[in-house]
Amino acid sequence: MKKSAVIVSDAYLPKKKTLATRLKTNLPLLLMILPGFLALLFFHYKPIYGLLIAFKNYKFKLGVFGSPWAANNGMEHFIRLFGGNEFAGVLGNTLWISLLRMVFGWPSPIILALLLNEIRCGWFKKLTQTLTYIPHFFSWVVLAGIFRMMFSSVGPVNSLLGVFGFEPIPFYSNNTAFLVLLISTAVWQALGSSAVVYIAALSGVDESLYEAAYIDGASKWKQVLHITLPSIMGTITTVTIMNLANVLNAGFDQVYNMYNYSVYDVSDILDTYSLRLLADGRYEIGAALSFFKSFVGMIFVLGSNWFIKKISKDEYGIL
Amino acid sequence: MIQRTRGEKIFNVFNYIILILIGVTTLYPLLYTFSMSVSTKLAAESGGLHILPTWGQITLDPYKLVFQNVEIWRAYGYTIFRTVVGTVGAVLVTCFYGYALSRPNLIWKKFFVGYITFTMLFSGGQIPIYLNIRDLGLINSVWVYILPMLISAYNTVVARSFFAGIPEALNESAKIDGAGEFRTFFQIIVPLSKPIIMTLALWIAVAHWNAWFDSMMYITDQKKIVVQQYIQRIVNESATERITDLGAAENAAANLTSETVKSGSIMVTIIPILCFYPFVQKFFIKGVTLGAVKG
Repeated sequence: MKKSAVIVSDAYLPKKKTLATRLKTNLPLLLMILPGFLALLFFHYKPIYGLLIAFKNYKFKLGVFGSPWAANNGMEHFIRLFGGNEFAGVLGNTLWISLLRMVFGWPSPIILALLLNEIRCGWFKKLTQTLTYIPHFFSWVVLAGIFRMMFSSVGPVNSLLGVFGFEPIPFYSNNTAFLVLLISTAVWQALGSSAVVYIAALSGVDESLYEAAYIDGASKWKQVLHITLPSIMGTITTVTIMNLANVLNAGFDQVYNMYNYSVYDVSDILDTYSLRLLADGRYEIGAALSFFKSFVGMIFVLGSNWFIKKISKDEYGIL
Repeated sequence: MIQRTRGEKIFNVFNYIILILIGVTTLYPLLYTFSMSVSTKLAAESGGLHILPTWGQITLDPYKLVFQNVEIWRAYGYTIFRTVVGTVGAVLVTCFYGYALSRPNLIWKKFFVGYITFTMLFSGGQIPIYLNIRDLGLINSVWVYILPMLISAYNTVVARSFFAGIPEALNESAKIDGAGEFRTFFQIIVPLSKPIIMTLALWIAVAHWNAWFDSMMYITDQKKIVVQQYIQRIVNESATERITDLGAAENAAANLTSETVKSGSIMVTIIPILCFYPFVQKFFIKGVTLGAVKG
């Protein structure tokens, strides 16, 4: 009996599917993948392949692949980029702006979410959230246009300062004033939209935890420290890792629309420099710059992800 | 009911004050721009905060000028085209890819996941992307507005995690009834996925509406630029003459300053967003929780 049963079941066991049959059953799904696959191939992977010109002397007629390798084992353009007289200043500006953006932009939405979390009045909470989210929907073209009027030498901000007896601040021609304006508007623009993630995480915290803590005599501050913050820790680390990818992005959209010649010294960043290289037709050096930017960004994401995983013993991390 | 201590009450008052101040910083720029856009020359050139338009000094001349301008309407047309076509296309492509990734039986899944995840880590950058667009012959083609934005890794991951939450039994019963993957997708999955589709559509639509960089970089034909790029020229390159020149003779008498014209042009691009915003806000906030991306 036992033996025949084995034979019967063996005969009816599905054969190991060949690739051809698997492809056939997967055909509809593969067709669904196809448009996205092609879009990424042509608009994302092809430019990555195009980065090769950073190592070559690009000749349009020969194409990316056919162009000859650059001097110094292909590193010629990198040597010229890093040795160029503009690079150090531009890199410094970029790092400084993005550092300031992180230092002020990272805690602000967390603080906003914590403050909103303490509000018991429903409509006020909602109204504040709605208002702070609005700047997220405006392009930097529009925002920069509004700021240019608001912070001009005769604009409302300076007339308000005048009422209190202050000298007008030349926001668009003084280096420090421009940096303050740049950073504060960047933080302001992202405030509400970045806080939403934290607000969502906070609304998931079990109310009974707070009640228990209250009965045990924990102060409000202790409750924030030991219940609220730990419960949004995962969200905070995810956002942090994502932000670190932008270490060399000082916010091109914003800077390009807000800066002008008189504040070039502090606001000329990698991306605006890259745009100039493009306009001058210096494609190879520009590609070397793009490569450097992408590479450093990737190292920062992978590195911070690895580090956070390590110190949190695999509890947090995105990859 | 938890009672509040004295310290908490004081904190509460400060909390309200801080939040009101934050709210005011977002409201004020809007009020200022609006009030400037309807101000007469006299009102606009007087100092002050311009929180509300001065009574008796209100004019619609800046708007008349903006609306008379053919160029801005044409640019508006391109913006609407890219927002509608681009959003429909991108939502479809994103949901297809995300849905396929959410299916347990997908072949070469690891590859397709890695293929899209990698794009979050590494990209070609400004100059290789420009050269690529040029080599593809898309300079001055309106498709440059649509094609590069068809798919993004983040949106796809969000879509995928939503689709993965739909019970597998629904798929199986559809299959037993003889429906193929496409039919299952459109007749079973899509109706159940309205929240995520709405959220993605809004994210993408806002990105299209506000995009200007591609128009500046890849479109040299000034008759094909989008409205944000047009505004960029007027506002940030101080090229108000672009508008004012058109009716120079009339303008001499009109009640205009470059500030009021700029404000009017800005209002024209943000009014549609402000009109939609109250109705769609919940989708933006919901999207964050829908797309609670894990792993």
